[in-house]
Amino acid sequence: MEPAKQPVIQVMDVDLGYDEHIVLRAVNFTVNKGDIFIVMGVSGCGKSTLLKSLIGLKSPIKGKVLYYARSFWDEDESGRQNILCRFGILYQSGALWSSMTIGENVALPLQLFTSLSFSQIRELVAFKLALVGLSGQEDLFPSGISGGMRKRASLARAIALDPQIIFLDEPSAGLDPVNARKFDDLILELRDGLGATVVVITHELASIFAIGNNGAFLDAESKTIIATGDPRFLLANSTDSRVVRFLTRGVESKESEP
Amino acid sequence: MISEKLVFDYLNPGKLFVKLRGDWRIATGILSINTVTSCLASHPDIVQINLTAAQDLKWDSGLVSFLHQLIRKCESMNIPVDRSGLPETAQRLLALASKAHKGGIAPAKNHETFLERVGVGLLQEYESVRNGFEFLGDVVVSFGRLVIGKLYFRRDDFIFLVRRCGIDTFLLVSLIGFLVGMILAFVASIQLRMFGAQIYISDIVGIAMVRVLSAVMTGIIVSGRIGASFAAELGMMQTNEEIDALRTLGVSPVEFLVIPRVLALFLMMPILTIYADISGVLGGLVISIGMLHLNFAEYLNHTQQAVKVSYIWIGLVHSLAFAVIIAVSGCWHGMKCERSSVGVASATMSAVVTGITGIVIATAVITFICQTLGI
Repeated sequence: MEPAKQPVIQVMDVDLGYDEHIVLRAVNFTVNKGDIFIVMGVSGCGKSTLLKSLIGLKSPIKGKVLYYARSFWDEDESGRQNILCRFGILYQSGALWSSMTIGENVALPLQLFTSLSFSQIRELVAFKLALVGLSGQEDLFPSGISGGMRKRASLARAIALDPQIIFLDEPSAGLDPVNARKFDDLILELRDGLGATVVVITHELASIFAIGNNGAFLDAESKTIIATGDPRFLLANSTDSRVVRFLTRGVESKESEP
Repeated sequence: MISEKLVFDYLNPGKLFVKLRGDWRIATGILSINTVTSCLASHPDIVQINLTAAQDLKWDSGLVSFLHQLIRKCESMNIPVDRSGLPETAQRLLALASKAHKGGIAPAKNHETFLERVGVGLLQEYESVRNGFEFLGDVVVSFGRLVIGKLYFRRDDFIFLVRRCGIDTFLLVSLIGFLVGMILAFVASIQLRMFGAQIYISDIVGIAMVRVLSAVMTGIIVSGRIGASFAAELGMMQTNEEIDALRTLGVSPVEFLVIPRVLALFLMMPILTIYADISGVLGGLVISIGMLHLNFAEYLNHTQQAVKVSYIWIGLVHSLAFAVIIAVSGCWHGMKCERSSVGVASATMSAVVTGITGIVIATAVITFICQTLGI
């Protein structure tokens, strides 16, 4: 049923860190088209650092990150901009620009990177907000809406330009279980509708199993990836006690005991 | 009727077949739904629309946005739209958008009249003044607790604040005082030289600086420097819910945050003002000696005679009043800051505006009182 896998992001032997302090080393994984790729791991294992490097905010100490077989950090400024244009990013706290209404927040990428007219942009913004369940709420300011709405508005901004790759940083953090579930469904719908590839940073187990079909497990102690693959497969087959402990909320499986 | 991207087909009576073809991606622009609606208007017998996609259709959310509008429009005209000929993923997105659309809350659009806006503005202004006085009351009550020794704040915080208010501002205040003294001497000399009364420059500089000017100049600098920093700091704390965290701990933020700031400024403002007095007189001296060839000792002697001790007290009263105004307005605007970056910006701005306005008003009041009392 599955067509041949087309790699979208390839991380090759990347070391990440701040100055002399190495956070992650020898990171290798591949994200294929249409994947929902989960980056998981305990707090402080370098998930956010990895995300920063994936979205072009922080260059790796060594190694390559390839998007559609183009090495991001070897491109010049315009090449990078070209790659960045295909990203949609949902930041952990929303990161909506607080001086603009949520409608204007969604409209800004469209104003900057398309030649659409004012009314066309308005229609498109209305549509994107409708997709995330916020239709008719264009004129609200980010400070005046709930955390869940802020996440949705931020997602609408992330998908404003029909990105090919969507990065989600802790999408369900701060949401109640019902809304977190709805948000997961929304992510699946959008992935299917837009044909995008999704990279999710999270440690919400429910989300991990609900949406992920591929993933990487970061470990804080060895500072590298200790497992990759479908989270459900990892749960069933991993023999690494750290992975199993994480995926079962601390209940260790019998096989991994000495 | 054929356009580049839309093909209309009226073969079946009552049904309109719309074929979508070509490049519909956002980069090529979005078609207006008017082409379709005008076609509906010219064929009033149409009771259903069937959408189909051609083989060469290239699309992204630009197309879906167009269809979303079209379907909403048709629904309002009671014309059903058959979407089964569309790509499956597009159908999904449309379903998602319209599902959410039904659940969405209609926006509360309110167009206020001019009078309403004025009224709301006035009420807000009234509320804000009331809040200001309430806050001032809070500060006074907390001061009472400070006096009876029931108030807790961290000593390190206080020492840091004193340093920031005093030592870090000292150079700037000295410089401005010196320059104002020079300017005063220079302007006064233009007139006084005509009468050969240059020596009275020392009186003018001394009295003006000591009585009011150095306090006002210091106040304005401190308002811009310290008042603004108080507002931005407390505003950011309010945004981060740090102030709520204090409240839930049972610590009054006024006691823990505001009182040390007011106290620090209350201590340092008089000292800064005295420094400004001295540097102002020095500035006058430099001009008098350098340009008007007055005698050093003579100038100082004259200044000493002109400036009474009571003038120094008046200057200090000014500076103490300003300290309270600046610190309270900075803290007040910071604490009622809205939780956004714009909120912090407007809190900082309001703090400086309120501070400087307060300084000018206080100067007028104190001057009037001094005049009435004859000092």
